[in-house]
Amino acid sequence: MNALSIRNLRKTYNNGFEALKGINLDVEEGDFFALLGPNGAGKSTAIGIISSLVNESSGSVSIFGHDLKTDRSRAKSCLGLVPQEVNFNQFDTVKSIVINQAGYYGLPRKLALQRTEHCLKQMDLWDKRDTVSRRLSGGMKRRVMIARAMVHAPKLLILDEPTAGVDIEIRRAMWKMMEAVNQQGTTIILTTHYLEEAESLCRNIAIIDQGLIVENTDMASLLARLHVDHFVLDLAESLANVPMIAGYQIERLADKVLSVAVPKELGLNQLFSQLSAHNIKVISLKNKSNRLEQLFMDLVESKPAGAK
Amino acid sequence: MNYSIALRTLVIKEVLRFVRIWPQTLLPPAITTALYFLIFGKLIGDRIGTINGASYMDYIVPGIILMSVISHSYANVVSSFYSTKFQHNIEELLVAPVPNWVILAGYVSGGIIRGLLVGLVVALISLLFADIVVNNVLITLSIVILTATVFSLAGFINAVLAESFDDISIIPNFVLTPLSYLGGVFYSVKMLPDIWQTVSRGNPILYMINAFRYGLIGVTDVNIQLAYIITGGFIVVLTFFSLFLLHKGIGIKN
Repeated sequence: MNALSIRNLRKTYNNGFEALKGINLDVEEGDFFALLGPNGAGKSTAIGIISSLVNESSGSVSIFGHDLKTDRSRAKSCLGLVPQEVNFNQFDTVKSIVINQAGYYGLPRKLALQRTEHCLKQMDLWDKRDTVSRRLSGGMKRRVMIARAMVHAPKLLILDEPTAGVDIEIRRAMWKMMEAVNQQGTTIILTTHYLEEAESLCRNIAIIDQGLIVENTDMASLLARLHVDHFVLDLAESLANVPMIAGYQIERLADKVLSVAVPKELGLNQLFSQLSAHNIKVISLKNKSNRLEQLFMDLVESKPAGAK
Repeated sequence: MNYSIALRTLVIKEVLRFVRIWPQTLLPPAITTALYFLIFGKLIGDRIGTINGASYMDYIVPGIILMSVISHSYANVVSSFYSTKFQHNIEELLVAPVPNWVILAGYVSGGIIRGLLVGLVVALISLLFADIVVNNVLITLSIVILTATVFSLAGFINAVLAESFDDISIIPNFVLTPLSYLGGVFYSVKMLPDIWQTVSRGNPILYMINAFRYGLIGVTDVNIQLAYIITGGFIVVLTFFSLFLLHKGIGIKN
């Protein structure tokens, strides 16, 4: 069963801006799905419609087979949303924010208390349960929103840029948490501007641009389309001249640093043997940029030919 | 889906909100109305004598109680719902499977409960100045609840349509307060010239205050049945309009 099915979804705002131009999208149950796109592409509008925060102009959305128009209550019961911006009452305590949300989803008080404790412990926030939320750090506020979204055990969790603005330590911890939630059977849709996050977490991906889905495939197939990898090499010694090696594009980035474009068909072994032949000793290497980022830029910089 | 749990959650949240800030919500009406009773009722009222057979102090008690109920039930919903909109907490309700009628009932219940609590506080203060024996308990309670409902609904509509904090103070300051004062809180409309009596009868608050006054002290300038029809009519119209706004997402959805 599809966790989410979107058919011919359109949205034109009152000012005439056409944010969505008829998108179709399916997300399978259990998937960890990335929805990417540049700012203003239509991601937030699509998520707004799925989570009933924005009225669609036309088209349909169904969540686990429940149509959002005709079977609204069941459809909403399956969904949890972690929005981009903090949207809880900052004068409420952490516990009351989460437990109230459980109440809105109709959880009886005893179960709501159990679920609240479980989610706050999972988010490492149990010690902060009686703290007024405005006193929390940015990372903690995001975790409160995740706990709130999970309190009714949704089958589909939408995370709209959950790690934006949090430090790398918290981001890594949140990645682990998201993976654990997904492994427990919750379908996750993730939007993020950190493309390495999408690459490492998600199995399938859709890229939206100018109100159209310009790519919708699995992550492995998308990355396989990348023909050239860019590496940065740290050298043991300075070079008088940049070596010329057939098939590779080499640039000097700094005194002992080179950038090399490596075609997939040639690979790294040939590069290293050629560098050795030039008496160039490499100390270390790393990817110059995220692979998905290159594909993303290629896709959104070329005009979409049509909706998928 | 059990909507009673969602409704109870929302009502408890709303009540805790105004109880938590009781120095701002429950204390001021006690002080203000004590001053009304002291200055208008005691100091000036002794020189006025009786109105329609009631002492001036007894005459103004129902109006002052109901005026407090009106302003606080309205203020509770308009400030709470607008803050919810402003801080985007409304999204918590919109995402969840909470029907529009539960959202409306939750906020309106919060307004009614605050209105009634403030009314009770003012009524207790009035006992220090007047010796009121309730004339008709049913009319007294039903009118105060219906009036609190009307103004909670009006506050909800104001909050939904408001786009700034200025918008939530315009109606209370420029419409509600003048209509309350001109609704016969401190005087009988029969004391007015004919033309102003006619104009006053276009003010719905006049009917509510007089019906409440009848319930408390048995004195009224208006027909009680007409007061019920007008109050009930407002509740029906405002409820449907509120549900229409929620259904369309006006002011709360993009």
